Amino acid sequence: MKISPKKPVLAIGPLHPLQEEMEFFQLTVDGEIVTDIDVRIGFNHRGIEGISETLQFDQVPYLISRICGICSASHPLAFVQAVEELAGVTVPDRARYVRTIINELERIHSHVLWVGLAGHFIGYDTVFMWAWKYREPILDILEKITGNRNNYGNVKVGGCREDIDDSMIPEILKELDEIEKKMDMLIKAVLDDPILQARLKGVGVLTYEDAIKYAVTGPTARGSGVPIDVRRDDVYAAYGELDWNVIVQPEGDVFAKAVVRLLETMEAIKITRQALKKLPGGPIAVEVKEIPPGEAMGHTEAPRGETFHYVRSDGGNRPVRHKVRAPSYVNVPSFKASCVGANISDATITLASVDPCYSCTERLAVVGRNDKVICDGKELLRLSRARTEQMKKQMGYKEGFKFE
Amino acid sequence: MSFWMKYGLKKSPWVFHVNTGACNNCDIEIVDCLTPRFDVERLGVKLVGSPRHADALLVTGAVTAQAKPRLQEAYRQAAKPCVVFAIGACACDSGIFMPGYHMVGPVDKVIKEIDPNAIIAYVPGCPPKPEAMISGIVAALKAI
Repeated sequence: MKISPKKPVLAIGPLHPLQEEMEFFQLTVDGEIVTDIDVRIGFNHRGIEGISETLQFDQVPYLISRICGICSASHPLAFVQAVEELAGVTVPDRARYVRTIINELERIHSHVLWVGLAGHFIGYDTVFMWAWKYREPILDILEKITGNRNNYGNVKVGGCREDIDDSMIPEILKELDEIEKKMDMLIKAVLDDPILQARLKGVGVLTYEDAIKYAVTGPTARGSGVPIDVRRDDVYAAYGELDWNVIVQPEGDVFAKAVVRLLETMEAIKITRQALKKLPGGPIAVEVKEIPPGEAMGHTEAPRGETFHYVRSDGGNRPVRHKVRAPSYVNVPSFKASCVGANISDATITLASVDPCYSCTERLAVVGRNDKVICDGKELLRLSRARTEQMKKQMGYKEGFKFE
Repeated sequence: MSFWMKYGLKKSPWVFHVNTGACNNCDIEIVDCLTPRFDVERLGVKLVGSPRHADALLVTGAVTAQAKPRLQEAYRQAAKPCVVFAIGACACDSGIFMPGYHMVGPVDKVIKEIDPNAIIAYVPGCPPKPEAMISGIVAALKAI
């Protein structure tokens, strides 16, 4: 990252009142226009893939539900799907429906959370307070089903841990009706608001071509007219048996992303209601005795986009390799296309429009302060090559020398 | 601490939120405390934008090597006396991330490196419910 000292640089972060997590944006500006943007992350890197390889298959879902507190149903689901594919297990029908219900409730609470924060970012705190007020009943339902408001820990290899009690279903359906009414009101209030329309339309446009180029996923892609959704394209859980639509908006601006997210909450309520009504009987888990050597992948549609987990097993009780690719990893770099050329005051909402989640994304830690120590890809390559040189020297390697 | 210092610290504690490698869970629960259902602002607890205005730091997450100097800097900048709340299992004792190669230890260890007399309060849970956070803040202020 080289930024010419002549150009003024605007720093956002690492501890910024608008951000929940530590992240550091550098905006190179010309007057009030952003000419270049760069991000430095790594503050939240916890080495989860490494820890995961020391845990047993049954313990890993508890760890990876803590990759991100908001996607704490989709990450474990992607992992167990990979392990189930590896072990050749068929999950009972009831478990598939319970998984669908929890994932959709999570989607509602995540999208409503984003709408609230987006309102906060542009200084419209009424939207923030109303949205977060309507989010509470959803957390109550989740607490009722799984026992925790955020980290559900409800998925295990072979099925689910906690069942939905049949006596709870009428109560939950009634609460869903209440939530639907309130959400309908919120959606109409937000989408018809002339201030929000003036503030968000045409801001931070990510065109269809750029969305393809940056390979964005989830609501970010659907807001730019790219109709991708893992729930439909590679059916998992019970999505194939339920009636729902993929919401796509062609405009690509922040308003389109808000529309996609808000309308998706209504779809999620629809899916949850159908799944609760259709909930089949039977067991919620099957016993998995052995996980054979091999490799597999699982992916799910998290609220932010496609979550991808790769697992390799050597026949033991631990994964020998576990790779995670979170949706923000591909969504965050798209601000190079959407932020450059925009006004500084629009930069924050554009950065927030992909609903970035840095705790999911962190892959590399760079320790340093005041720009003194910065380690980037080139530096790592240089270090790697230097080490090879050093080892060559130690082993007395000369040109033309061949190892016996 | 003098009587007036304690008095000033107890009335309307303003808080600054520091994320040092949390999974967002405790963070959204902290924001939850500020929104209509729990609404701690009616009790005078307010989230501020700078540690210099804060009476308390709400620290979430096991401290990563990269977040450590930033947390210490935020603590140095905070007006003293300052209460540090370690919110969540990770902040209290590194939690599930303890074996990670990039962890430098729980919040109390990192803060006590620069100020051995720091006041630290613990709110365990993964994540602690908003009720637990509010009762933790009340308990800590009563103990002062």
